[in-house]
Amino acid sequence: MTNESSSIISVGRAAPDFSLHSTPDQTVSLSQLRGRPVVLVFYPADWSPVCGDQVALYNEMLAEFQSYNAQIVGISVDGAWCHAAFAGDRKLRFPLLSDFEPKGDVARRYGVYREEEGVCDRALFVIDAEGIVRWRYVSPIGINPGADGILDALDKLPHDQGQNS
Amino acid sequence: MSHLKPPVGEEDHVQGPRDARVVLLEYGDFECPYCGEAYPELKAVQQAMGDKLCFVFRHFPLSQAHPHAERAAEFAEAAATIGRFWEMHDLLFENQQALDDRSLTLYADKVGMDGTLIEAALSGEFAARVQRDFRSGVRSGVNGTPSLFVNGERYEGERDADTLVRALMSIGRR
Repeated sequence: MTNESSSIISVGRAAPDFSLHSTPDQTVSLSQLRGRPVVLVFYPADWSPVCGDQVALYNEMLAEFQSYNAQIVGISVDGAWCHAAFAGDRKLRFPLLSDFEPKGDVARRYGVYREEEGVCDRALFVIDAEGIVRWRYVSPIGINPGADGILDALDKLPHDQGQNS
Repeated sequence: MSHLKPPVGEEDHVQGPRDARVVLLEYGDFECPYCGEAYPELKAVQQAMGDKLCFVFRHFPLSQAHPHAERAAEFAEAAATIGRFWEMHDLLFENQQALDDRSLTLYADKVGMDGTLIEAALSGEFAARVQRDFRSGVRSGVNGTPSLFVNGERYEGERDADTLVRALMSIGRR
């Protein structure tokens, strides 16, 4: 446990870049999103009840994130087709990325992979427009962390960040 | 985390004395089945505690998951303008399975909303008020419904009436 938490990418460090499938034929990379804040939401699995509530909550808040010019993306080890079915069922309007091959590679690089279970932690990162980690939070796996921490972190970004120039 | 922001104020819908020693606040969604389950329990809690309790309701509609929740909340706000918030609140929870516009209009009629007010509710005039509650919920760390706060602190215990009354009574004695 201490081992895991010590390897979580620190605040102030550059967020490791990645390129992952958002749909079977599209990819999203972190560097593409440079220029605006990014909210990275690692979660253990599509369809599990807590994740469902968590993504449902964020789905309701897209306008709120938009007001910070922030992009929210979800990441789990589920495959792109699984994400497509899940997103369709829950009417999600933000991308879910597949950390599927090599499995959990991105989560490992952020220090939020659970080797025993083979899934991502329930972890939140707020990355600023320059790609620097500004806030992170790892929630107990069964607890939906809500969104207050994310909004507080977005509030603390410098004002010129997250604004359209 | 998990402090109520903002605290209960004049704008809130309350039942019971505002200066009660125990203030129980629910963030709820009229179409959420768990809120529906909590509804009779919370009624029983209010019954048991009488004027030792102030009960407050704020909206937290998850409208992507519950297609009628937002509109239902707006109707409750419309009813509030003629002093009938709680009648509407009760009707909505007692008829969770029928919250389409036609049904909402029927309930509106029942609580005494006139045609103009119903029209206003249907056209989204009360959306901003509902949104304000939703935002306050997000800021207060609400992560699903129902979420309960007791005297401004998140309550994480069981939501059956007996457990709640015991918890609230002990807080009230502090």
